This record gives sequence, structure tokens and C-alpha cells, in this order.
Amino acid sequence: MSKSYRDGLPTSPEKFVDQLMRLKRGSIGRREFLGLTGLGVATAVMARELGIMPTPAYAAENLGDRMSIATWPNYHDPATFENFKKDTGVAVEVNVFGSNEEMLAKLQAGASGWSLFVPTNYTISTYKKLAIIEALDMAKLPNFDGSQEDPRFTSEGTIDAVTYAVPKNWGTTGFAVNTKKLTTPMTSWKEFWDTAMAEGDGRAMVHDYQLTTIGNALKYHGFSFNSLKPDELAKAEELLLKVKPHLFAVSSDYQPSMRAGDAWMTMCWTNDGAQLHRDIPEIAYVLGKEGGEIWTDFYAIPKDAPNKPAGYALLNYLMNPQVAVKEHLANGAPSTDARVNKLLPKEVLDNPILYPAADLLTPLEFGAAATLTDPGRAELMARFKSA
Amino acid sequence: MRDNFLRKNLVTALLLAPATLWLVVFLVLPFIAIAVFSVGERAPEGGYQAAFTLAQYANLPARATAFWNTMVLAPAGALACLLVAYPVAYYLALRAPERWRLILLALVVIPFWTSLLMRTYAWMYVLGGRGIPALLAYVGIEDIRLINTPGAVLLGIVYGYLPLMILPIYVSLERLDRRLLEASADLGATPVSTFLGVTLRLSLPGVMTGFSLVMILLLGEYLIPTLLGGGKVFFIGNALVDLFLQSRNWPFGSAIAITLVLVSVVVLIAANRISTRLSGARRVDLM
Repeated sequence: MSKSYRDGLPTSPEKFVDQLMRLKRGSIGRREFLGLTGLGVATAVMARELGIMPTPAYAAENLGDRMSIATWPNYHDPATFENFKKDTGVAVEVNVFGSNEEMLAKLQAGASGWSLFVPTNYTISTYKKLAIIEALDMAKLPNFDGSQEDPRFTSEGTIDAVTYAVPKNWGTTGFAVNTKKLTTPMTSWKEFWDTAMAEGDGRAMVHDYQLTTIGNALKYHGFSFNSLKPDELAKAEELLLKVKPHLFAVSSDYQPSMRAGDAWMTMCWTNDGAQLHRDIPEIAYVLGKEGGEIWTDFYAIPKDAPNKPAGYALLNYLMNPQVAVKEHLANGAPSTDARVNKLLPKEVLDNPILYPAADLLTPLEFGAAATLTDPGRAELMARFKSA
Repeated sequence: MRDNFLRKNLVTALLLAPATLWLVVFLVLPFIAIAVFSVGERAPEGGYQAAFTLAQYANLPARATAFWNTMVLAPAGALACLLVAYPVAYYLALRAPERWRLILLALVVIPFWTSLLMRTYAWMYVLGGRGIPALLAYVGIEDIRLINTPGAVLLGIVYGYLPLMILPIYVSLERLDRRLLEASADLGATPVSTFLGVTLRLSLPGVMTGFSLVMILLLGEYLIPTLLGGGKVFFIGNALVDLFLQSRNWPFGSAIAITLVLVSVVVLIAANRISTRLSGARRVDLM
């Protein structure tokens, strides 16, 4: 992986502005500050070496000249959209979001203006129920090959044999530890929470996100990550309220604090874990042995998409393995597509942060749709944050 | 005569039309929408579902902590701002050399041209581990944590809202009739009692204007506590953001928003009354 003067910086000017624009809209969330350094440079190198060979399936239709996509921060190779514009004449406007809840809020409010967006697995059934996403016309996606996808990661895109979303990439939710500051090795969520109240007092961060913060507190007691049972949630709440005064922050924007050494331990998504470890080797990424979250991000098209032909064309373009491999190198998340995995360099496939051992993956749970809309979990989170 | 009167009225109406239209479209209509939402119900998947219930208002105690934190933060923050701002305004209005005054005033205002978010974000880096603590470690003071503390939040608030406090106080001090100060001294008052009895008293309208301005803005503050406090302290602004964008309980969020507006109005009226009483019979316009 190439190194440049930018690699060690906490952020780059473009990303800083990008972060500010998101904060300005009032949300600090999930994929905030995701790919802070370096990978763009690596990707540019790869792009020159591999070249692009998309399948021109969009030649017949009038695609217009612009479309808009809603996605996560630093989740794409910017060259992808530039090349798409070169091939089709369609300029892609990229909107970045902080949480699935926020995306849903925008789509529920109507007139989002997006022709493609990137929801996470557990939200798709809700979008379908609310009839805000399109049943995909697979004939318009010849580059997608369902037989090459790992069904473990992709099943939630298809409901009653109708495909509403196709997978982008998958990942896990574990925690990152600065092993120079916290020297006792940790392997479980129990140790994460206990350490936060002991050696890591004042130095631990949890997400500002109900799914993972409540879910991983539930794992302390060995309950399901997705539990909605009042007695189990009560135990999780008890733990969260006990930990609260010891925390450094409740925020999903953890990369800057971990990099600056202010925080020593944080809940963490795959991509952030890989980037932190790459730049600061003493930061380790740990999957709790009790389990936790595994997730897949999908592409879907809103029913009220203003430019559906372009939405399909871009989606088909992104499903081309030659294009997708660059996307994976840019955002650092593992692929669900066997064709892409064949193209990925060995050091990526061998990275245990991206592709953990099977015994660590087995206990992980996909987020459940009910957690997204459950008022009980939302109120618990509010009580935790206001405690 | 009558024609003239009508014409005058027409001109007045035309001149007021843009402002009225603006207020109706961007203030009255949204306010009505929020009021309607606030008596509705949360749809099962989130959002709004038509209903007529006061359940959202009955549920307000669920955010009691957020209201309480805000009611403490807003006056405390405004008071801290006042303590820093008054000496600055006093110096600018009464002590600074005439030719420097405009430049000094500009220096107070210029930082305000940059977005509050940018300036707060800059503090994150200044107070973070690579900022001041790194400098302190360099001179041998190790392991100081500044970011995500109540002190950092207070600093952010004072820094962010200072110009709003300085300017109204400056204006009221600048209009102060200097002869009153001389008269006070001639009649044997000490500088301290002149300050307390004349200067401070006559600048109270400005103080109350600044205080209410800062306090009302602080009632809706969520950015500074989130960025400099680590999101560990929950204010009513944070509760609103979460209710609209995360749990999507729009009716409950609307009920809180309406309550917040009512509280702000009460604060304004109270501040107006107090300053009218303190400064004698003089009317003070806060807005």
C-alpha cells in the first residue's frame, strides 16, 4: 500500500470539509469519518493498473445528465463516479449520511431526490413494508450475478422471491483498543465494558447509535444483540447507566479521538478498525467472543427516484467486478462477490480485521428489523444519553 | 385628505408585504404544522400518523433531564458570557482611544463571520490530545484531559456567543451621558458606587438584551455540547435531533419543540419585565 505525506494526518482537507457538511446538518453518526486517510491514494494507483471495462448495458436508454446517490462517508472511489460520467454523460451527486435512521427519515419525509442509495441489511424489510423502495428489474442489471454472491450476506435483499436490493459489501462491529495504553489483552464484550470502568476509566467510547451500543451491552449478559425483551433490556440499561460516568464520549466519530490518543478504546466498524490499525499498528481490532453485529450494506432504488434509468445504469456499473474491486480497495470493507474476491490482492484477503476467522464470525448476529423502529430501544438510548 | 390617507396605508402595506409573507411562509406555517404534529401519534415505522391526543405532552417528563440540563446550561452559559463580555464592552465604550475603537469592534465581530461549527470544530483539535495537552506534556505536565469536559463546553459557549453579548452592552454604554459620571463624582460618590449606581444601572438594558439573546440561542444549543462535551450531556436540542432523525418520533419531537418555543417566550417576557423595572420606567425592546 502506498504511503504519502497525507497518510499520517488525522484528516485531509476534502474530508474535513465533508465531515463539516455532515455535522452542519446536525448528525454525527454511524459511518462518520470512515476512511480518514490514505486509501484514496492506494486506489488511484490500482485504478491505473487495472483499467476499467464496464459492460455497456445502458446505451439504449436516455439517462439524462444527472442523478443523486445517498451513501456513507468515504465509501466509494471518487474515480468510479468520474468514469461513470465519462461513459454515460451522467453526473453523480453524492449525499453522505450518518445513520440508517436518518436515511429512512429523509425517505419517509418524501422527495429525497435520490436515484440510488445504500441501506444496511436490517432496514430493507421496513423500506419494503413502507413501499418506499423499488422491486429491482434484474434484466437491467446484467453485471449482477447472484450465483457468485455469498447467501449469508445477501439474503435480506430478497423478500418473497422479489429482489429489492443487491449487496455492496459486508463487515462487522467490534472494538478498537490502543494496546500500548491498555495492555491486558481483551477478547470479549464483558472485558470491554469492565475495562471501561477500570483501567480505561475516562478513555472509552461507545457509538451514538442504539443498535450497537444497546446490542453490545446486551452481549455483556450473553443476551441476543437484537433483544427486545423488557427484562433483558433493563439489564443492559443498568450496565449502560453504570458505565456512563466513566466514558470518554458517546459518539460514532471515534477515529480522531483514537488517533489523538484521547480515547484508548472504542466500539468500531470493520473499515475504521482496518484504517486505524494500518496507520497506528498498536491499535488492535477485536471481535467480542460472545458475538455482536455482522452487517451487509446494499444498493436499492427509491420508488420516487427522479432518474430511475440512471439509477439502474449506475447500479449495473457498480456490479461490474472490475469496478467493484476498486470500490473495495477504497473503502476497505470485505466483498460479498466471489468474482471480486478473486481480484483482490492477497494481503487484503489475509487481513484478519477484514476477513475474521470463522469461529469469531459464527456467533455474530445481523441487526434485526424490529430494532430500527422499536420505541423501547429508542427511549432506552435517550435515558442513557441523558443520564 | 381621505385619498392621501388610503395611499399612505397602501404604501405601508406594500412595504410590509415581503416581510409578512416571509414570516407567514417560514414561521407561521411551519409552526402550525408542528402544532398539528404534536397532537398526533408516532406511526409504527416512525414518522407521523394523524390523531388527536395530548399523549405527547403527557410524555414530556420522559425528557425531564434534557429540559433540566438546558435550563441550567442556558442561564449559566449566558452568565459566563456576561462576566467576560462586560469588561470588554466597558473598555471599548468608555476607555478605548477613539481612533482604535472601530478596529477593536471589528476584531470582536470578525470571528463571527466564520460558521460557529467551524470554530467549535477547531476547538476540538486545540483541546484534543494533540493540542494544548501535547504542549503541556512538552513542559512536563502529563496526562491532562481537556476535551469532553464541562469546562470545554463552557469555554465553547463563551467563545461562540461572546460577540452577541458584547455588542448590545457596548451600545448601551456608548450612549451613556458622560456628564452623569462627572455629576456623580462631584456629588462625592466613589468610583465603585458611581459604577454601580450610574454606569451599571444605565447599561442594564444592554445587559438584559445580550443576556436574553444568548440565553435563547442556548436553549436550542446542541452542537457545542456534542462536539466539546463528547455527547455525554443531553440537552433539549440533542433530544430534538434524536427524535426527528434517529427514533423518528416526530409527534413527540413536535411537542417538545412547541414547549421549547413557549419557554423561550416566557423567558423573553420575564427578561423584558426585569430590565424595564431595573432601569426605571424606560421601555426596552429586546427583539
